[in-house]
Amino acid sequence: MATATEVHGAHAPGHHVEESWVRHYLFSTDHKIIAMQYMFSGIFMAVIAGFFAYAFRMQIAFPNADVPFFGLVSPGVYNALITNHGAIMIFWFAMPVLLAAFGNYLIPLMLGADDMVFPRLNRLSYQVFFVSIVVLLASFFVPGGAFGGAWTMYPPLSAKGAYSLTPLGSTLFVSAVGLEFVAFLMGGINFITTAMNSRAPGMKLYDVPLVIWMIVIASVLFMASVGPLIAGAVMLVFDQQVGTAFFDPDRGGDPILWQHLFWFFGHPEVYVVLLPTLGIVAEVITTFARKKMFAYRTVLYTVFGTGVLSFTVWAHHQFVAGIDPRMANIFTITTLLISVPIAEMLFVYIATLYGGSITLSVPMLWALSFIGTFLVGGVTGIFLGASGSDIYLHDTYFVLAHFHYTFFPIAIIGGFAGITYWFPKMFGRMMNETLGKVHFWISIVALNCIWMPLFVLGTAGDHRRIYNYSHFPDLWRPELHNIRVFATVATVVFFLAQILFFYNFFRSMFRGPHAEKNPWRANTLEWTTESPPPHGNWPPDAMPSVYRGPYEYGHPDRKDDFWPQNVPA
Amino acid sequence: MSARPIATTRSAAGMPTGRLAVWWLVASEVVIFGGLLASYIMFRLAHDAFGEQAAHTNTWIGAFNTLVLLTSSLSAVLAHQAAERGDGPKAARLLWVTILGGATFLVVKAFEWTSEIQHGFTISSNTFWSFYYTAAGLHASHVLAGAIAMAFVAKDAAMNRDLHRVELVGIYWHFVDVVWIFLFPLLYIAK
Amino acid sequence: MSAEHVAHHAEAHHHPNYLRVWAVLLLLLVVSVAGPMVGIQWVTLITAFGIAVVKAYLVAKNFMHIDVERRYIVYLMVTVLVFILLFFAGVAPDVMKDEGQQWEKPAWKAEAAVPAPSHGAAH
Repeated sequence: MATATEVHGAHAPGHHVEESWVRHYLFSTDHKIIAMQYMFSGIFMAVIAGFFAYAFRMQIAFPNADVPFFGLVSPGVYNALITNHGAIMIFWFAMPVLLAAFGNYLIPLMLGADDMVFPRLNRLSYQVFFVSIVVLLASFFVPGGAFGGAWTMYPPLSAKGAYSLTPLGSTLFVSAVGLEFVAFLMGGINFITTAMNSRAPGMKLYDVPLVIWMIVIASVLFMASVGPLIAGAVMLVFDQQVGTAFFDPDRGGDPILWQHLFWFFGHPEVYVVLLPTLGIVAEVITTFARKKMFAYRTVLYTVFGTGVLSFTVWAHHQFVAGIDPRMANIFTITTLLISVPIAEMLFVYIATLYGGSITLSVPMLWALSFIGTFLVGGVTGIFLGASGSDIYLHDTYFVLAHFHYTFFPIAIIGGFAGITYWFPKMFGRMMNETLGKVHFWISIVALNCIWMPLFVLGTAGDHRRIYNYSHFPDLWRPELHNIRVFATVATVVFFLAQILFFYNFFRSMFRGPHAEKNPWRANTLEWTTESPPPHGNWPPDAMPSVYRGPYEYGHPDRKDDFWPQNVPA
Repeated sequence: MSARPIATTRSAAGMPTGRLAVWWLVASEVVIFGGLLASYIMFRLAHDAFGEQAAHTNTWIGAFNTLVLLTSSLSAVLAHQAAERGDGPKAARLLWVTILGGATFLVVKAFEWTSEIQHGFTISSNTFWSFYYTAAGLHASHVLAGAIAMAFVAKDAAMNRDLHRVELVGIYWHFVDVVWIFLFPLLYIAK
Repeated sequence: MSAEHVAHHAEAHHHPNYLRVWAVLLLLLVVSVAGPMVGIQWVTLITAFGIAVVKAYLVAKNFMHIDVERRYIVYLMVTVLVFILLFFAGVAPDVMKDEGQQWEKPAWKAEAAVPAPSHGAAH
């Protein structure tokens, strides 16, 4: 029976290194271990942020009642819960799992390389990321408590301790975000350089699997957009601690500058997290439909175009902030425009499925549900992208429902699709299919029961960030409040369903049936090596070469319905 | 495990990995400084009173520091030339000259800031000075980081090891110089 | 690795005279310091910022050798610069105003109301 050490610490034949547990797991430079570090950290943080959501949903549904396992949610605590829920989910769950974990794991393996080009920089990036987690968690315990001024940190609320009441927590929060940015800048350079330079012999740019392209483009988008916000974060910390007035209009500053600095990054950021999931879904649907990507190059060029366009839409987050109305016109047009390439990509995915030989495995179920749920998110974004309708809908639950119908598919559905698909490779075991399907169905139904009703609440007038609707007579009506309670119950059901996932995940890791090299009969290079891959991924004298693209499924010249990239013609 | 991976030695993009990475680093830094300086320029153009404050920066010190950095870029590129020819010890000496230039820059800046603070121009006295100290400070921290990295490269180069890194740290250093080339007129000349 | 490195630079054997470039940079520095002394604003702007652009170009070309690098590096640098301009274009209409639709910055308006004192010939 393989122990955990053996599972994780498999080495290439003939290469035996006696390493302490600490050196191997905590200070490794191996991209696969670093990927696991990011993945487990991200999942850990997601549990925390999810618990926060449970607490604040309970407060909304049953105002001022003691929340089981949490206690009383006062207004200040409510604000801290929603603020940190949002920030953690984006910066410490979605990005680490989708970008850092899958990027680190897959880039060398799918490109036929033995590691990232800078393994020690890779380790350093995780260490900085780890420090950012510590700083954020520390903010919960300092005098004044955790920052509660929303994940967007708008000044003057975030800049003045007298307003936020969390002078120390505010600075720790901004600093944690800044550290996370630095970690991902380092990781991004590693990803981009590795993907550009370290492809296997024979692997042309158009032979690179889409998920790798997506992760690399996402890294580029991140690097190109985060700069102004890093400058802004420095300015904000100075406003908080040193007495500057960058964002204080009374002393010559401008709070709208912060908004622009934030959203100039904030909008490309959503594509930074979307792209890896689009990539994961591409890999899953081609494998389980046994069909090549309908239009690989079209998808690629569309992603380039979307990436560029994503830099021109940011102020749709600021339509009601008093921005110049002429700018609002421009940003409406660009925002509505960007829905076209995204929709086109979803159509390409649907076309890929059409006529395929579809197996509804657990990863495929997640991938298919991504297409459906993200569509809802995308379509509802149109109402928000048009500045006229946004005037009504801004800061209502409609916005919340829209972005959860995008973020949930991106982070949770995409995350599950990726984890269930690559689990056999990562851990050398198969997950339990039945448990996976039960988990999937409960989660999908629950998630729609949480978010679909919130569109209704939003159009009925429910503001965001309200800790107690009984204070608003026109909203404190049974037909509205029943919906809030319903959504909260669905939230609890969703969380409880995740127990199935964790049970499946950990049990399979230690007791699941052993996985072969290529259980899904897929084409890409990671499936040509052991499950899990040894250190160095392949023996140094047997690194793979590539002869074709990654999606040669159902090729007429072949007996098998798949044609791995590394098999000579 | 600390041996260089095969991945690092490949160059499918037609450029050695290290140099490719440094250019991406420079690109990301351009956006950071660009965002900060763009914000400064917006404020500067909107506030006439900034000009009044800016009159108190010392153009001669700024010019001297510009001279120092430009000269340090010269020594950095000469170090690269020596490294190309395989002369590690000479490259190392020139890198140390560059580091000396960086150190001079920082010392001069320390005196400059001390004098300005003593005259009452602190980071919080006016938004112009907030930008002044933040932008120059961010730049100075990059000078310091670059000098430290350069010291490590110089140590290795003196023993003829990893000579390709001389060029890489040089590219970073020239970028830091270019940022100052724009900071100088923005903070010292436009009054 | 270093063999490839040397080979790359063997093509660019015609490296510039670094000392000469440095001398030009110093000369430009002198001009940019002298510019404000002329007292005409547009002269100052050209000598200050125009020269900055020229200096940056000289450093990038002659010291960073960006002209013999693979072309995509130039595209990368141009792209990020364009993003900065895009940022400026999208933000300046808001940040550079002291009032807009249903808002104003009183402190900014008060400051603008005070006539700026003349401070010497250099403006």
